Amino acid sequence: MRRFLPLLVLAVLVLLPYSALFNAPGTLNLLALCAVFAGLAAGYDLLFGRTGLLSFGHALYFAVGVYGCAMLLNAGLSLLLSALLAVVAGVVVAAVLGAVALRVDGIAFSMVTLAFAQVGAIVVARDPGGLTGGEEGLTVSSGIPSFLVGVAQTVNLYWLALAYLTVVLVVLHRISRSPAGRVLAAVRDDPRRVSVLGLSPYRFKVLSFVVSGGLAALGGVVYLMIVGGASPHVASSDLTLTLLVMVVLGGPGTRFGPAIGGALFTFLDYKLTGYADRLPGPLSQPLFVLGVLFILAVYFFPGGLAQLRTRMRLPGRA
Amino acid sequence: MATVVLLAVTGLGLAALYFLVASGLSLVFGLADVLNFAHGLFLSAGAYVTWWASSWVALEVALLLGVAAGVLAGVVVELVLIRPLYSRTIEQVLVTVGLSLAGVALLQAVFGADPRPFPRPSWAAGVVPVLGARIPVDRFVLIIAAALVFLGLMAFLRYTRYGLIVRAGVENREMVSALGIDVRKAFTLVFAIGGGAAALAGALAGIHFSTVSPATGSSLLIFAFIVVVIGGMGSVPGSALAAVLVGLLQQFVNYYGTSGAGDVCVVALLAAVLLWRPKGLAAS
Amino acid sequence: MILDVAGLGVRLSGLDILHGVSFSVPPSGVTALVGRNGAGKTTTLRALMGLSPYSGSASFDGSVLSGRPDQRVLAGIGYVPEDRCVFAGLTVLENLRLAERGRPDHDLVYGLFPELRDRGEQKAGSLSGGQQQMLSLARVLQNTNRLLLVDEPTKGLAPRVVTSVAAVLERVAASVPILLVEQNLAVVRRLASSALVLSGGRVAWTGGADDLLDDADLTKSLLGVGH
Repeated sequence: MRRFLPLLVLAVLVLLPYSALFNAPGTLNLLALCAVFAGLAAGYDLLFGRTGLLSFGHALYFAVGVYGCAMLLNAGLSLLLSALLAVVAGVVVAAVLGAVALRVDGIAFSMVTLAFAQVGAIVVARDPGGLTGGEEGLTVSSGIPSFLVGVAQTVNLYWLALAYLTVVLVVLHRISRSPAGRVLAAVRDDPRRVSVLGLSPYRFKVLSFVVSGGLAALGGVVYLMIVGGASPHVASSDLTLTLLVMVVLGGPGTRFGPAIGGALFTFLDYKLTGYADRLPGPLSQPLFVLGVLFILAVYFFPGGLAQLRTRMRLPGRA
Repeated sequence: MATVVLLAVTGLGLAALYFLVASGLSLVFGLADVLNFAHGLFLSAGAYVTWWASSWVALEVALLLGVAAGVLAGVVVELVLIRPLYSRTIEQVLVTVGLSLAGVALLQAVFGADPRPFPRPSWAAGVVPVLGARIPVDRFVLIIAAALVFLGLMAFLRYTRYGLIVRAGVENREMVSALGIDVRKAFTLVFAIGGGAAALAGALAGIHFSTVSPATGSSLLIFAFIVVVIGGMGSVPGSALAAVLVGLLQQFVNYYGTSGAGDVCVVALLAAVLLWRPKGLAAS
Repeated sequence: MILDVAGLGVRLSGLDILHGVSFSVPPSGVTALVGRNGAGKTTTLRALMGLSPYSGSASFDGSVLSGRPDQRVLAGIGYVPEDRCVFAGLTVLENLRLAERGRPDHDLVYGLFPELRDRGEQKAGSLSGGQQQMLSLARVLQNTNRLLLVDEPTKGLAPRVVTSVAAVLERVAASVPILLVEQNLAVVRRLASSALVLSGGRVAWTGGADDLLDDADLTKSLLGVGH
């Protein structure tokens, strides 16, 4: 019965818009964002929680998806083609940058990913050839099919985001069950053992990097649909840092932890921003609250929310 | 010719800022293995405390207070947040990430997100003619400050017992402990040094750019990280050399190429160094 | 017994390296810790120094051995690690000064290692393997120790140097007990009074060193080599 719980939850989520509580367009928009970031966080966890790679540049591939798709749609291509090409671009960029960055380990690797992402953010902000729209970003003027446009169709955006989340989780699940997934876990825990077995940790790390980047680019496309435009903050290192926070809060390396963390963080961020004027002092800044919560979580709940659930269910276990 | 001189001195001024931030970071990386994202907060602490105190006391005194604030911040962060997580590297990084996010948000809440004007002291105002170019004096202030800190750090490392412990610990922290030395004090010390140097950088950056905002910390920090990696973690001379390379490269390429190209070049330099000499330029 | 170890277990990266290792080190003489590669000898010494977490317990001269590595050194245990671990960027004198505790005996050190006397300002990284081993020993021997943990001091050294190192350890062993990890059985025969064999993370044999080395079959089965 436990095996069907995820499917049950999915069914409930799909049917959510039919209930009176959740069918307002504003709510559905928020839920759609939660779903997208849940998927992004889960995809980031492939790198962090499952392969043990601390990348500070993940936002770059997300941005490739958002900006790539936006630019192609504005150039007149169909949604399907734009989305496809944007994801391919994300995969290619991830492959190239990953191949270089993974030449080094540990802190140096993290620094390189940060540096590459920083370049991306700078390039986006400088607006080369008028393509990226600089500080103001891009709005998509054509190409989005009618079933995704307009307030009444917000429910479709929600289902699209949910579909994305499902795809990400299924892909991750498949990988973790496969032999490649076990190698990734070994790469995370004991890379020497991997080489001793004649396998190349480097290749598997690049694989993980590429899959993760592709999933992020896909998330970027979906995000673009929800938000309707691209803006420079999608390439910022702050975005990657918030993804990291989501994953850690949810529980790195667990099946649903990062996704839950992503959804929860997005929800809290939104709500806290809404209450900003009513909260005193630093509490008016959502990142302050979330940053502090994050620090506390690292100390007291290193396994994130996922660990919390285990703790509550089995009080005897340490 | 005059342009070249101006660019060179400005580039060196920027290099001075990078060095001040990077030197402490480099020692913290090299000795304690901590990727300290919150280092930018030490910078901001220096900038904001100096700015705030300058309305009460002379700017020179305010500067000292700013540096003291940075030292204090460094010590507190190490003792309260980092030390309890000894040897849990990932958690330490995560905590500094959380701290940097919360810290910037806190600064925004207290001082607002907009840049505030920063006072410029008389000894940093005006221009000086050098080789036909008119160079603003504040560049020289930055360079001299950084040079003094560099000499101070080298003397500390070479001639004091704690400097010896830090040099040995950067090579092999475990072995230092296995010889009977409590490295934890050395950790707190490098955090204090890093905090102080970064705070000085923050205050001087305020003088240089004439403004202070919560975002200054993060933007300088990313380039400081790059300087640390290029120079080699744990190496003060490495940071100095890398800072000069990065500062000059950035200035010249940004001017002669398109704006922003300099930044891209710096990152390309980072990638090149990592592929060729992963341990940084200072590694023998 | 100066050192009593009970049920020492070490788990690294999900693998059990040591399983319930128990032994004692007498308060004088050299106890050799031998075994094949990967048996867990270095891991044992590191655990005793607090350099890796472990389960089980150890007591040193009657009191429980615990705390950080530097605390254990201050309790009187000197540690000479495998592969020397001198600080390459520091000079010979700086290496020695770093490790000084109390009033170090410089005469003893230069008496044991005359080669180091003239090389005070030389960077440790430029020393030969043998000289580095001398330095690694000197660092520890300059202080007063109540027990020495020495890990493969003759590894990778030329025969003449091996003899010098063994001679030094022989002199030192007259006043300080040593737990010596060694692969070189000739050195073991020269120095050790008792022996302890590890195999697959477990104690496979304990007894007199000569009893082990004189029994060719036993040596071969436990260590894989004859002598």
